[in-house]
Amino acid sequence: MHSKGLTRRILAVTAASATVVLALGACASGGTSGDASTARGPITIWYSNNSSEIEWGKQMVTAWNADHPDEKVKAQEIPAGKSSEEVIGAAITAGNAPCLIYNTAPVAVPQFQKQGGLVDLSSFKDGASYIEDRSGENAAQYKSDDGKFYQMPWKSNPVMIFYNKDMFTKAGLDAENPSLATYDEFLATARTLVSSGAAKNAIFPSPTSEFYQSWFDFYPLYAAESGGKQLVKDGKATFDDATGVKVAEFWKTLYTEGLASKEKYQSDSFADGVAAMSIVGPWAVPVYKDKVNWGAVPVPTSAGTAADKTYTFSDAKNVAMYSSCKNQATAWDVLKFSTSKAQDGQLLDLTGQMPIRADLPTAYPEYFKANPAYLQFGDQAARTVEVPNVSNSVEVWQDFRDAYSKSVIFGEGDVKKSLAGAAEKINQLVATK
Amino acid sequence: MSTTATANPAAGRSTRSPGGRGPRRRALLGKNPIGLLLSAPYLVFVIVVFAYPLVFAVYMAFHDYFFAAPGAQVDRPFVGLANFQEVLSDPAVIRSFGNVGVFLLINVPLTVVLSLVLATALNKAVHGRTFLRVAYYVPYVTASVAVVGVWLFLFSGSGLVNQLLGPLAPDPSWLISPTWAMPTIALFVTWKQLGFYILLYLAALQSVSKELYEAASTDGAGAVRSFFSVTIPGVRPATVLVLLLSTVTGANLFTEPYLLTGGGGPNGASTSPVLLMYQKGIEQGHPGTASAIGIVLVIGVLIIAFLQRKFAGGDES
Repeated sequence: MHSKGLTRRILAVTAASATVVLALGACASGGTSGDASTARGPITIWYSNNSSEIEWGKQMVTAWNADHPDEKVKAQEIPAGKSSEEVIGAAITAGNAPCLIYNTAPVAVPQFQKQGGLVDLSSFKDGASYIEDRSGENAAQYKSDDGKFYQMPWKSNPVMIFYNKDMFTKAGLDAENPSLATYDEFLATARTLVSSGAAKNAIFPSPTSEFYQSWFDFYPLYAAESGGKQLVKDGKATFDDATGVKVAEFWKTLYTEGLASKEKYQSDSFADGVAAMSIVGPWAVPVYKDKVNWGAVPVPTSAGTAADKTYTFSDAKNVAMYSSCKNQATAWDVLKFSTSKAQDGQLLDLTGQMPIRADLPTAYPEYFKANPAYLQFGDQAARTVEVPNVSNSVEVWQDFRDAYSKSVIFGEGDVKKSLAGAAEKINQLVATK
Repeated sequence: MSTTATANPAAGRSTRSPGGRGPRRRALLGKNPIGLLLSAPYLVFVIVVFAYPLVFAVYMAFHDYFFAAPGAQVDRPFVGLANFQEVLSDPAVIRSFGNVGVFLLINVPLTVVLSLVLATALNKAVHGRTFLRVAYYVPYVTASVAVVGVWLFLFSGSGLVNQLLGPLAPDPSWLISPTWAMPTIALFVTWKQLGFYILLYLAALQSVSKELYEAASTDGAGAVRSFFSVTIPGVRPATVLVLLLSTVTGANLFTEPYLLTGGGGPNGASTSPVLLMYQKGIEQGHPGTASAIGIVLVIGVLIIAFLQRKFAGGDES
């Protein structure tokens, strides 16, 4: 066989194959037409894959479709992946994202926006006013740095301290009025829970390194201690101060004294009775209903802030409109329909999650009367702190987590220096577009 | 590769005579054009699944690249070696390469030795051979996600291993110890992959002539001497394959640090380069940086593979 001839043939087949690949690539490319913002017609939406949100989504779509035969909504669960954000990012790149996704994490919005994947909701005539009227002061946290809304604040899960009443009683503690308001009280209670043998761990936030884990240990307590500060404000990290150090030192004490575990737990430590306390939102109420005799209190602060003044992390999921949507006028109408007072009431009723509405406590008095377990979450929803809407937001949280994990969970090095180092990195990331 | 391919240049020239379309077509498509047609699907597969992504990764590594929506106006400037400078000056990246180095130093030799010894034993086993073969193979075909739970139970602070070890148990425990996290992962992966490599060796052992063992025995060699003098040289091609495959799969370590140590903990002690690529490329939206890590990893693996082939391959070339 002649090597030159062989090489030439391989090149010929390679060239032909490459042409096929490029042609396929070209087929996959496309763009949104200029008049998509005013176009009407059928649209597709994705919603979360948990059963209660599916139930809400189905009834919402049925209600819409009944009145809009020419603008039907086709709905499906968000496709499986390591995370929703990964799936959505891939869909944006492929140009096949649906019109609306009812599971858009605020932390991913800056990246989706940079990808050119989101529609500016403020570009609709009543866009900004609708969002601001519905969500009130909370809406400002969801604005991007260009002053526009690329996400509709939809629902929050304000996190609180859930505690196991039976374990508290077993440890000889007051289960109805637990002493958990200040750091000193919380630590004393935690020590009693563990030393009495009532609980293996007082509290068990996941000690792993994923970027989002700080939302369920440091951040809610920082929001409370700082009176509602975000991690980054006006382009600068805020946590590199006495408040941030105080919160971090509190958690460090829990780890150092063995009151919180440094090891990963495969399942739900609170539901399994491995921990006496947990930091979760109202989504957990139906989950723990038949498993744990629970109570909930606001997250602690060093001075013991009153419940009606305590802030926490929102753990919100929002709705965004994706730029591959061809019938954006319909999508905007569906978005307004699905966040109307009636549909928000359905959401509350079916999922127990809090619609981000300024009038939440007064809009659904009958629901909160019938479901008193949710009352404190409804009240807490007015004082929530969101992740900052900044460039490189996921990297910001990963850098924070790495520093926190090292100095707080594993106790290596000085907490103050570690937070200062993270703040310096974060300031650079936020300044980089 | 055969060196006789260009042995007859005159014949090569004769097929490229100008003018006639037949010879030109033959020069381009060869004597058997149908062969090209038959091999085209595989070539397309290789190009689409391997070659194109690799070339694209190199392109991304030299650009400030990010994934964007079709039709979006985005700027992805050429940045030269900036991505490589960034990753090579990042202590987290350097540490991840060190971590995977530790992993390979434990995993590869352990895989080769254990799979060869167990395959030899299995080859001689009379009773329960099928059961043992299946038993070794089950972990390989079971998803990591499923078996990680068992290992977390075994190696947690109050797990079975520490209970057996009693006062000898390390503190902090295996998976949260900066010293022990990576060796524990290496042990897990070795155990999980062993069944596959045992199969490779079992296949190779079938081709070692029984006469060689008989001759060795006649010369007075015992079982151990036969193993070193007959079995090991006899399965050398399989050893090279096991070395290469375990190195390549080991260098691509991702699932275990992602699941077993919760994202490369503690403090990045079990972070692998591929886990960092996932974080930077997919989660954080910096595929250019992730690609630069990937290219460095590919070069590193190629160098190791070359050395393995050079020193363990013997005359196999």
